[in-house]
Amino acid sequence: MAEERPRWREDFPVRWDEDHYMTRRELAKFLTLGSGLLATANGLIAFIGLTGRIPTTPVQRIAAADELAPGSSLLFRYPTADDPCILVRDAAGRLDAFSQVCTHLSCAIVHRPDEQALACPCHKGSFSSTDGRPLAGPPTRRV
Amino acid sequence: MSELAFFIDYSRCIGCQACVQACEECDTHRGRSLIHLETIERRDSVQTAPQVCMHCEDPICAQVCPADAIKQTPDGVVQSSLKPRCIGCSNCVLACPFGVPKYESDADQMMKCDMCYDRTSTGRRPMCATVCPSGALAFTTIEEIMRTRQGRAVNDWQFGGQHVRTKVHVLVPTEVTHVDVRLIPLSSLRSGARPPADPYDVAALLEGC
Repeated sequence: MAEERPRWREDFPVRWDEDHYMTRRELAKFLTLGSGLLATANGLIAFIGLTGRIPTTPVQRIAAADELAPGSSLLFRYPTADDPCILVRDAAGRLDAFSQVCTHLSCAIVHRPDEQALACPCHKGSFSSTDGRPLAGPPTRRV
Repeated sequence: MSELAFFIDYSRCIGCQACVQACEECDTHRGRSLIHLETIERRDSVQTAPQVCMHCEDPICAQVCPADAIKQTPDGVVQSSLKPRCIGCSNCVLACPFGVPKYESDADQMMKCDMCYDRTSTGRRPMCATVCPSGALAFTTIEEIMRTRQGRAVNDWQFGGQHVRTKVHVLVPTEVTHVDVRLIPLSSLRSGARPPADPYDVAALLEGC
């Protein structure tokens, strides 16, 4: 019988150890262990998030407050030279700092004091210059 | 010392039905007695013979199963049909040369002797062999059988043109090397002829009375 064993017999073997039969107990064990592992990993991540140290950012001098007139803006780089940022002083004299990178496709945004907006020239995206909310165009996340 | 094996000594059977009762107690049989206690030449004799599954090395029941429900464990024990797979077609019942598988209609499933797999897989004896008072059913080593019994333990069978080798041994006279069940191929009969009548066919006996 063995030498004339048809090919379909490989998928439906007579011998138990050649079969890929999964018992209910094996499935239950797999599900229990799998969910347990997932829960443990989540707990671990939460624990690290709660107890881990928040990386401190260095203090950096950009400009003196009176160097920036109301309604104007200043470009700077923070925390590294590869991270362009923009400091905005609105008409009321309040200072706000944002990343200069558009959240849509990472173009550089420019200050539009008359619209109280930060505009992205690439796709005509626009963010509020007071809190960074997306106002128009393709961006959906705050800057 | 070789491993434990199952031996049937038909000539020792006294027909007490102890094995039939004990078989029900096995946990894997779910309250069903799966051993057969056969009568031999019933018209003239009170001889009986127990029939457990012989656990063929190439199980015919599993080969004919269309639902892939009958499995052989690595130690050579052929199990009852898997409940989620068995479709109750009774192919195995017809195919088994020893007549072992039973179709259990209330469970819609084939069930057969699995050599009390929960017991024998942990080194304990099957239920029937523990209760047999005359030693017709024995679960022991071949050395112990050779030391205590007359005759020879064989596990080669010839059913017409079909050779079968089984895990279970039967005790036969010393000069016998294999059991030849002299089947008459239906193709050898002239068309329209009936097979020769069996004088001990119980069904035929009942028809006659």
